[in-house]
Amino acid sequence: MSPAQIWFGLVAILLAGYAVLDGLDLGIGALYPFMARSETERESLRNAIGPLWDGNEVWLITGAGALFAAFPPVYATVFSGFYLAMMLVLFSLILRAVSLEFRAHDPAWSRVWDAAFFVGSALPALLFGVAVGAIMRGVPLTSSGEFAGSFLTLLDPYSLLIGVLGLVALIAHGASWAALKTDGALAERSRRVRSVAGLAFVVLAVLATVATALGAPDSWHNVVSRAGGLLFVGLLGAGVIWGRIGMRRHSDIMAFLGSALSVVSLVGIWAAGIFPALVPALGNSARSLTVSNSAASDTALRAMLVIAMIGVPLVLGYTVYLYHTFRGRESSAGY
Amino acid sequence: MDVLTLSRIQFAVTIAYHFLFVPLSLGLVLMLVIAQRRAYRSGTQEDDLAARFWLRLFSATFAIGVATGITMEFAFGANWAAYSRFVGDIFGAPLAAEGLFAFFLESTFIGVLLFGRERVSRRAYYVSAWMVFIGAHLSALWIIIANSWQQTPAGYIVQDGRAVLTDFFAAAFNPSTLPRFFHTVASTWAMGGFMVVAVAAYYLIRHEHVAFARQALRTGLTIALIMSFAMPLIGHWHAVQVAETQPVKIAAFEGLSATQTDAPMSIVGYIDTATGESKGIKIPGLLSLLVGFNTNTTVVGLDSVPRTDWPPLQATFQTYHLMVALGMLMILIALVGLYLERTGRIEGVRWFLKLLPFAPVLPMLAIQSGWAAAEIGRQPWIVTGELRTADAVSAVVPAGQVAATLAVFVILYTVLYIGWARVMFKTLRRGPVEIQASASDGAEPTSAA
Repeated sequence: MSPAQIWFGLVAILLAGYAVLDGLDLGIGALYPFMARSETERESLRNAIGPLWDGNEVWLITGAGALFAAFPPVYATVFSGFYLAMMLVLFSLILRAVSLEFRAHDPAWSRVWDAAFFVGSALPALLFGVAVGAIMRGVPLTSSGEFAGSFLTLLDPYSLLIGVLGLVALIAHGASWAALKTDGALAERSRRVRSVAGLAFVVLAVLATVATALGAPDSWHNVVSRAGGLLFVGLLGAGVIWGRIGMRRHSDIMAFLGSALSVVSLVGIWAAGIFPALVPALGNSARSLTVSNSAASDTALRAMLVIAMIGVPLVLGYTVYLYHTFRGRESSAGY
Repeated sequence: MDVLTLSRIQFAVTIAYHFLFVPLSLGLVLMLVIAQRRAYRSGTQEDDLAARFWLRLFSATFAIGVATGITMEFAFGANWAAYSRFVGDIFGAPLAAEGLFAFFLESTFIGVLLFGRERVSRRAYYVSAWMVFIGAHLSALWIIIANSWQQTPAGYIVQDGRAVLTDFFAAAFNPSTLPRFFHTVASTWAMGGFMVVAVAAYYLIRHEHVAFARQALRTGLTIALIMSFAMPLIGHWHAVQVAETQPVKIAAFEGLSATQTDAPMSIVGYIDTATGESKGIKIPGLLSLLVGFNTNTTVVGLDSVPRTDWPPLQATFQTYHLMVALGMLMILIALVGLYLERTGRIEGVRWFLKLLPFAPVLPMLAIQSGWAAAEIGRQPWIVTGELRTADAVSAVVPAGQVAATLAVFVILYTVLYIGWARVMFKTLRRGPVEIQASASDGAEPTSAA
């Protein structure tokens, strides 16, 4: 494997880590105004992610940094080409980042920060999927690798369908986390949302499969003809089934892990679908930004590999420590 | 307005705003570890409440710093795509390393500090404060590595129209990295010191939380004085480096039009932008003396490069001199303050005490103007000698979209500022006291598990 191929894998792993970890925060934020019925329940939901969301978000910051470092033209084309979508994601992440902290200290403005928390979670949960769909399908690129479309290019039916798929997946994922971390009536409600959203996800996933075969034939071909693609499709199915068995056995942890496996598999299917491109060009694959024509120099990639070999174990250590420290249910039974 | 101008305004607004909160959080995290250390060692309730108080001020500031920092990472790719293509080989690595080494560390242990009081041992809690401190400073190091490479690029060659890394350590520890890191960190600690002084003075004026305020005042003044004195020394080290590696910038700082020995240093004045010569009060020979320890030292003037390579002279000159003047004022205030405090008279000198809550404005302005001088003085280059700012902007982003997002930034950041100020003042008014059932300040256990 070339250093560029290794970095394709590492960026995918960082994005998968982001999807599975911050995905649960975004899902809870998207459910927040609907699932919690009292201030106590709202507080339970906030506490379920309180110490965790910041670290979860760093997976995205680091993933974007790694993309910048390893594939500069991809970072430049995607961020400038999807300008308005990226800025909407950015504004959302800013709102989400301050909302929980400010809300805790400023009850008089709780409605402002509650709204910021909801919008700042739900919007990226949708937009990430839209971006994934657009890239899966391919985007119009110029001969110099610049984006050749407009904001509306992103909003084609296929990308929107993948956006909704992602949103529903993260809602199910967030509900699975809430079921695991809260108790009482809120946990029961979370379990119902988890079940319904999980079924909706299955329906959408079937639709998305058909849509991909018809609307994104290159990616479709890659997924079904590659061992990696079929592996992740299998894991997606296994995750869904594992989650359903967990629900039936009243095991919230099993249901959550099934959901986590599904979310990771979605990122895996995406990566298998587009490799070796990072941004497939629509209609002209010679223009695609790929691991070979968009990678940084080998010197830079190797230097970064050393950084990653030191940094990644530390990150895994912190993450395990944090989730271990904050294991168990948050009580909403008053205090 | 064209895309370039709008993108420059957007970057200037968002980075200046981000850089209001970052120095404050670096300064406050220093006070946080000092307070957590006191609480850990004494175990008294007063020290514990003080530590929690500083944590609340820090965490609100940290949150807005994190939020507005994401903007910067997005901006490079979104608004400055041509820049990103040119520098990606070098500039991306420090950003990724900042995530891996700094952000994960900070975010994990701020979670422990805010939510984990009842879940970890006292020692682990105290160590968490240090972890956040280390993470915050590692973040400063990596981002200054990236920014310093723009100032004094090293360890690369230009190949096929982009910079290609040849030597990681030469690039990371380029000539300006270390002077700029220490210069920046010292300024943020000074910021923190003056902020602590302001809080303490506020309580002393109102005769509230007097024991807490007296201790904080002494700590704050000590930090402020040490850092205010350290600044000119580190600043001198930095200036000598700038004279060696970015001579045009120092010529603009001082309004030195012609290369000369016995170069004067400007104290106050203005630049005649037609000639590049400064007018006003100057001390003959001082610039040569400071740069080379000898008045015969030749200092390079603006005439060494074509006029098209000059930075905006007036802005560079004035922001630089404002920084220096504010630095002098900081020394004066810290010196008088610590003298009055040590001699036990400070609470009697009411007019001075009443000035102190406004003192943080000085380091804040000094930091903003110093950073502006460093960045404006680098123009017209975005990477010194290699890439012009005018050639760095995204080709595919329409001006209307940059204008629209700029408007959203202004509105959003105003709301954020109000939200932050409300939290800060609310915390300040309440003081270092026990707080009921507010989950995320670590005041109350929130878990039954």
